[in-house]
Amino acid sequence: MIQNGAFAGMPKEVVYAIAMVVTALIVLSAFVAPLAGVTSWLERRVWARMQSRVGPNRVGPQGILQWLADGIKNLLKEDLIPTAADAKLFSLAPYVVFMGFLCSFVVIPFGGSLIVADLNIGILYILAVTSLVVVGILMAGWSSNNKWSLLGGMRSAAQIVSYEIPAGLAILTIVFLAGTMSMQGIIKAQGWAPWDWFLFHNPFTFGAFFLYFTAALAEGNRTPFDIPEAESELVAGYVTEYSGMRFLFFFFAEWGNLYVIGAVATTLFLGGWQVPPWLVSENHPLLLGIAQFVTFFLKAYMWVFVAMWVRATLPRVRVDQLMALCWKYMVPLSFICLLGTIGFMFMSDQGQRIFGALTLGFAIATMINFFRRVGFQIREAKPELYFKPQI
Amino acid sequence: MSDPAQAKSGFYTEDMTISVGPQHPSTHGVLRFVVRTDGEVINEAIPDVGYLHRSIEKIGEKVTYHGYVPYTDRADYLAAMFANQAFCMAAEKLAGTEVTRRGEFCRVIACELNRLASHLISVGTFGQDIGAMTPFVHALRERETINNLMEEICGARLTYNYIRIGGVGYDILPETCTKIIEFLDHFEPIVDEFNRLLSGNKIFIERLAGVAVISKEEALSYNLVGPNLRGSGIQWDIRRDIPYSIYPELDFEVPVGTAQVGALGDSYDRFWVRVREMQESVKILRQCLKMMPKGPAISKVPKKFRPPAGECYARVEAPRGDMGFYVVSDGSEYPYRVRIRTGSFTAMSIIDKLSKGIMVADLIALIGSLDVDAPEIDR
Amino acid sequence: MEAQALYASLEKLFPGKVSNFKGDVKEPYFTVTSAALIEICRFLHNSPGYRFEVLSDLTALDWPKEEKIQVVYHLFSYSQNHQIVVKVDLPRDNPKVATVEEIWKVANWFEREVYDLFGVIFEGHSDLRRIMLPEDWVGFPLRKDYVEQEEYDGISTQRAPLVEKLLR
Repeated sequence: MIQNGAFAGMPKEVVYAIAMVVTALIVLSAFVAPLAGVTSWLERRVWARMQSRVGPNRVGPQGILQWLADGIKNLLKEDLIPTAADAKLFSLAPYVVFMGFLCSFVVIPFGGSLIVADLNIGILYILAVTSLVVVGILMAGWSSNNKWSLLGGMRSAAQIVSYEIPAGLAILTIVFLAGTMSMQGIIKAQGWAPWDWFLFHNPFTFGAFFLYFTAALAEGNRTPFDIPEAESELVAGYVTEYSGMRFLFFFFAEWGNLYVIGAVATTLFLGGWQVPPWLVSENHPLLLGIAQFVTFFLKAYMWVFVAMWVRATLPRVRVDQLMALCWKYMVPLSFICLLGTIGFMFMSDQGQRIFGALTLGFAIATMINFFRRVGFQIREAKPELYFKPQI
Repeated sequence: MSDPAQAKSGFYTEDMTISVGPQHPSTHGVLRFVVRTDGEVINEAIPDVGYLHRSIEKIGEKVTYHGYVPYTDRADYLAAMFANQAFCMAAEKLAGTEVTRRGEFCRVIACELNRLASHLISVGTFGQDIGAMTPFVHALRERETINNLMEEICGARLTYNYIRIGGVGYDILPETCTKIIEFLDHFEPIVDEFNRLLSGNKIFIERLAGVAVISKEEALSYNLVGPNLRGSGIQWDIRRDIPYSIYPELDFEVPVGTAQVGALGDSYDRFWVRVREMQESVKILRQCLKMMPKGPAISKVPKKFRPPAGECYARVEAPRGDMGFYVVSDGSEYPYRVRIRTGSFTAMSIIDKLSKGIMVADLIALIGSLDVDAPEIDR
Repeated sequence: MEAQALYASLEKLFPGKVSNFKGDVKEPYFTVTSAALIEICRFLHNSPGYRFEVLSDLTALDWPKEEKIQVVYHLFSYSQNHQIVVKVDLPRDNPKVATVEEIWKVANWFEREVYDLFGVIFEGHSDLRRIMLPEDWVGFPLRKDYVEQEEYDGISTQRAPLVEKLLR
């Protein structure tokens, strides 16, 4: 469009800038907002099924518009700011948190050419920008003028800052392997087939994946690390004094962050949007784009599901155990993974292929064991199991 | 008030005083703790009770013996049958009334079902306090079936008014007995499933092992009863050691804490004793249903119940421990004094001592593991 | 140990301090003078053969006709599986007795409750204040001659009879 001279008279940079802003707007409003909303509905349905109840199924078909109803209801609520709270910081905090998570969508690669801006420091940009969330949470905890909120905010700041380190080191492992920090570059360094993914490349990246996923869950304040919002202990942690739409913003950011975690995990470890070339060839760009988008979305969303299962099942870790876990176990382990991968890169090609095959075999064995265990639980389950997704 | 050691180092810190409750999702009723903490570590946790004080003991002096039975339900609404039974036992001891044999069996069946319900809530909410939401909902699902059975037996789901002086209010029909057996067959594997989900979970164990250990001497000196006492390793169960009703004829074990993980008398031991007690209750129920005789469910007791002057103390083994009713009669149809002594009252008294040096999260685990219940404390 | 034998041995060891044994009732009890309470309780707690490790209950009875408040101690022994009830008679207008908190720690809360509801002062108690009722409540509810205060914190405690409410 640009080459056809549609924007004659304007310098190229301005046109590009405007195009980027418009694309970002489209992505954010048409994709992120409904995504976070539908994730909230899905989380409630998944939990409900795991707890042998139904979950929201009234608003819209199967309750899929529940998040819209919640959003509208909260928008219509009274705007409460406690008198003794710091009004400016109090109102600003949800937006800082929201911004911290929204900015990362700029570099999420949805397809081969479906990315808002392919920065060549892509993954570093995500790490940096998700740290804005800490500032927002601290603002929320402090400005509420409430000791419970303060406790929650402090705990959360400590938690997020600590868990950046294992996450960053795990990401660094992949960056070394791929040789670039750009998201598209990392994806292009992998192939479409599972044995070409970085996940099964060598045992150290296999470990780095689990380290990254756990650390990312901790950064997103999800159980088992949801101490800042531990409902049973701190009433609601740093969101105690919030009500209405401000309250929802925090949770919006949390659900959307789940998708970012999944997207980054897919990009780094699971081969991103790569589809097999014999499935859809390069001759049909539209079809290829759709196939790539669907592949990426499904892979990323699978991890959102896993995060939901983890939250419904596991109890909460105490705050000192959480810190001990990070500093005493995960940081040394992530260093080992990093050094192991570096050492691995110096191995001969033959050795690399053998190790890759071994890791793949181990992973397949784990999957088989997992499904056997699921089968065992289904056979042993005493309550009536109801498999149809609709009610 | 800063720590003198810190003041010496030149770094001035202050304690933070926060109030846990009275509106709080996990204080098991309306309780309040004024907690002075130094960051995460608690220096002092002072319980403040009385939010649910309904002067049940004073009411006992104004209503007749028969009319007081519904009030005893509310002394602990999660274990209402036991309070009913204790009061009726005290009144029967005073007047020398005999209870029919079938009435005794109905009493034990209703009580053990209530014990299952109460323990399900206890372990479910304990899991929820620690953070696992799913076992809580599963436990409540089972409790729904028990509530339905109770509704068939006596018409109410929570405050039963079922056990009357001289026996029970209504007889248990054979159809209900069949349903109870079906429920027991369904329920026994559920406890195993619950254990797989929660009790064996590494995070759960880490949260509870070695937390708030209560030694045997402390347990005796603070008069802890029930699973709290047995969790510290003391072999004492009123059903076995001061037997009442038909418990001498039943065969059941009494689970005692054995320091499975961590120290003897920690929170996990008390939790584990409750889980095992559920399994024992299932055994007791099966035996009762097999041995149930025919006959009247209640013996003839005069409407104007006037026991001779005297006093009497009756204990039952409620889910939260030994519930004792001390009834003093002066010969009239109104009791002179009714005193309810519950296990949660004494369990609260130990929290102040145990909470020094633990963290806020551990305080919640401690309250949950002691299974305190606001209506029992305040009456 | 049988209640009769227990009382007999106590009479020998503490002459004049124990009296009034009632053995033929459901809960055998005897009375102790308030001055000798600590001594006898300590003896019952510590000495082998008695070993009452547990204070099952501590409560009070109000006898306005006999002008006394009786504080009742239910002692229990797990190791010997026996129990006894100890009563102390106190004058109704000035009920004071020593605390047994040193012997059984649970007495702390029990005695606070008796203070709250009956007005018995326990000397030597580390923290004697109201436990169930608010700190500024007036009166001791479980006494037989208790009249409730007219209003508390501006809210009236009297409830208008139902018929009046319907007619209004």
